[in-house]
Amino acid sequence: MPQNLKILGRDDFSPSTFALEVYHPQLAIAARPGQFVIVIVSRGAERIPLTIADFDREKGTITLVIQAVGQSTKQMQDEMVVGASFLAVVGPMGIPSKIGHAKKVVCVGGGLGVAPLFPQLRAHKENGAYVMGVVGFRNENFLFWEKKFASYCDELIICTDDGSAGIKGLVTLGLEQSISKHDDIDEVVAIGPPIMMKAVAETTRPHAIKTVVSLNPIMVDGTGMCGGCRVRIGEETKFGCVDGPDFDGHQVDFDDLMTRLRRFAADEHLALERWQESCLAKGVTSGKENR
Amino acid sequence: MVRKIANPHRTIRTIPQDRTPIPEQPPEVRRSNFLEVALGYRSQDATLESERCLLCTDKPCVAGCPVGIDIPAFILKISEKDYRGAYDVLATSSLLPAICGRVCPQEDQCEAVCTVADTLEPVAIGRLERWIGDMAIEEGWASIPYSRPNGFKVGVVGSGPAGMAAAADLAKAGCEVTIYEALHEAGGVLRYGIPAFRLPNAVVDAEISNLTKLGVQIECNTLVGRLFTIPQMLNEMGFDAVFLATGAGYPRFMGIRGESLAGVVSANELLTRANLMDAGDFPQVGTPLGMGEEVAVIGAGNTAMDAMRVALRLGAKNVHCIYRRTKEEAPARAEEIHHAEEEGVQFHWLTAPIEILGNGDGRATAMRNIRMELGEPDDSGRRRPVPIPGSEYEFRADTIVYAIGTNANPIMGQTTNLDLNEWGYVKTDEEGATSMAGVYAGGDIVSGAATVILAMGAGRKAAGAIKRYLGIRSVERDETRGPYGVRPGEKIHTRLMMPSGAKYDT
Repeated sequence: MPQNLKILGRDDFSPSTFALEVYHPQLAIAARPGQFVIVIVSRGAERIPLTIADFDREKGTITLVIQAVGQSTKQMQDEMVVGASFLAVVGPMGIPSKIGHAKKVVCVGGGLGVAPLFPQLRAHKENGAYVMGVVGFRNENFLFWEKKFASYCDELIICTDDGSAGIKGLVTLGLEQSISKHDDIDEVVAIGPPIMMKAVAETTRPHAIKTVVSLNPIMVDGTGMCGGCRVRIGEETKFGCVDGPDFDGHQVDFDDLMTRLRRFAADEHLALERWQESCLAKGVTSGKENR
Repeated sequence: MVRKIANPHRTIRTIPQDRTPIPEQPPEVRRSNFLEVALGYRSQDATLESERCLLCTDKPCVAGCPVGIDIPAFILKISEKDYRGAYDVLATSSLLPAICGRVCPQEDQCEAVCTVADTLEPVAIGRLERWIGDMAIEEGWASIPYSRPNGFKVGVVGSGPAGMAAAADLAKAGCEVTIYEALHEAGGVLRYGIPAFRLPNAVVDAEISNLTKLGVQIECNTLVGRLFTIPQMLNEMGFDAVFLATGAGYPRFMGIRGESLAGVVSANELLTRANLMDAGDFPQVGTPLGMGEEVAVIGAGNTAMDAMRVALRLGAKNVHCIYRRTKEEAPARAEEIHHAEEEGVQFHWLTAPIEILGNGDGRATAMRNIRMELGEPDDSGRRRPVPIPGSEYEFRADTIVYAIGTNANPIMGQTTNLDLNEWGYVKTDEEGATSMAGVYAGGDIVSGAATVILAMGAGRKAAGAIKRYLGIRSVERDETRGPYGVRPGEKIHTRLMMPSGAKYDT
């Protein structure tokens, strides 16, 4: 039996995006759609929150999908190969998504958000709902999991910025197509960059369709202790880690979220530069973009 | 081998009149290091101070101690130079003398009611306790009775002071104890909250290693409630009882404008980044600190003092304390305020923030404050601060730290059916029993934010209740292991590695 936290599988979707299948049987059993984990790659590394993109209770694994943008995620891209292990994986964290009695659901995912959308989409389908998927990517090279999505969707719209796959346009275009085709949508689920979730919430607001978004604020402990992940929901301050990560998209102050996501931008830049230098010094080239 | 003590018939006239001072690092030196302020007694200091105890018969100090340490007995042992004996007296009541000697508010507890204090300064009980606690760590003493296993399995949720205290008592009674900790290191608030200059990491490490020597299993990275639930622990995982000691968490904010700006953090966030994640070493470590140069901390409790003094040590140019009442009402220990003052923290009493201002790009640059005056007493008996109209002013600050208390952490409420009180804390009876059979709770998750020693007291009380619940009446000792379970020459603790220069000799 493999040791806990070991990487059993890895799938590189693009030069910067990849999926890791991590062995943690107890976590695979406990995980519910919408929940996240915090991982630590190595001693002294950050605690990084990542939404659970899939779980396989028979294999005892959870799947995480990562975009290598900063120092920590690039380190993960380099070091977390099959057979390697995380130092720590803790979770599942956050309140599971409510898979209620919605009969007709549109699941909207953008970029990397497509991955954590999957467990919710599958749960709605297994719950008997009519499920439509709208997934957006920069171009066909960044496309992933389209077959996985197709097998659980009654309708699937793929959107790319340049039209190299599916329709040309943003996910809101795909969503509008779904809304105009179906006037009985009970719920829209949106996961992706904040700007995308904001656009989705604005698209559904005039139609008064319930819209659930999954937020990804910066956090340290993930257990409600530090308050770094606080978000503005209507007039209230909530903590993404223990009050979320799912919130009513029509209540979320996305501008506030985007501001707060930038609060360590300078530090992140510094860490990345420093790490790339150390990679060059060690003769490791993969620290650079587009290996 | 008990030596004769000097002055066996002590009276208030014959004892040393002055409290023995403790050697301290000068403020201008310590404000740039993480070594302790008070470097600890030397043996001559401890002997002298021990002779100030009147060994009075009514022992008000014992009643003043939340865990009921037989204080005159351990002090007498110090006078007799029987230090191991002094440790054993401490160890029968307190799991963590090296910790409690440092962080207990003795001035409100044992020392407040000391008979000597009627006339002179009270006996420095905390300093003596710390001295013995440190000696135990250095010498490798431990109170490990090697009880025969009684077959009961107890789960403890949270590895802070309440969880540690309960785990130690239950393990000593022969239970198989597992502590679950959500973070990647054990110790709870002792690790992420209290900074090293108040409680060196080596002391926390030693006490945790003491627990593991007792046979306690510590599982980090385990979020109980989410990875598995309390009912699962009882029904599926074979635990006979569970003790919940998850702490309060969930820091409060004020809801004023500008709170979302970069640079506005809770004290918990700043302290966790600094203490648990070593963010002071960024970018050598992965976690940034995110602190600027002009730091304003809102609140005047112990957490506020910790946050301010950490900020100073991590390079803040100016550190300000913003508190809406006066120094007299400040909830921090007087000693902590005094230390912060000495280190250069600027106190702004009778001042409340009303808004945080930004630079237009999401970063805090200043705060707007208003002056206050004290009005009529409120529910807490303290005079209510009232804003003085027209006294608003702007104040430069790029880092604003909230240290105004915490609310109950919602995870237990979300994942169990336990009865909670109106503030979301777990409801228990006096002994810590919750509404669920076999489930006990104690520490901040029951009381709201309090102190390390109160949490330990709650942990010990609940451990006693769990023992009664499980029907554990007597503990079978394994006498072959020697009186303390320690073979001659066997070291139990990891050695306390005091940073060089910490040994102070005058």
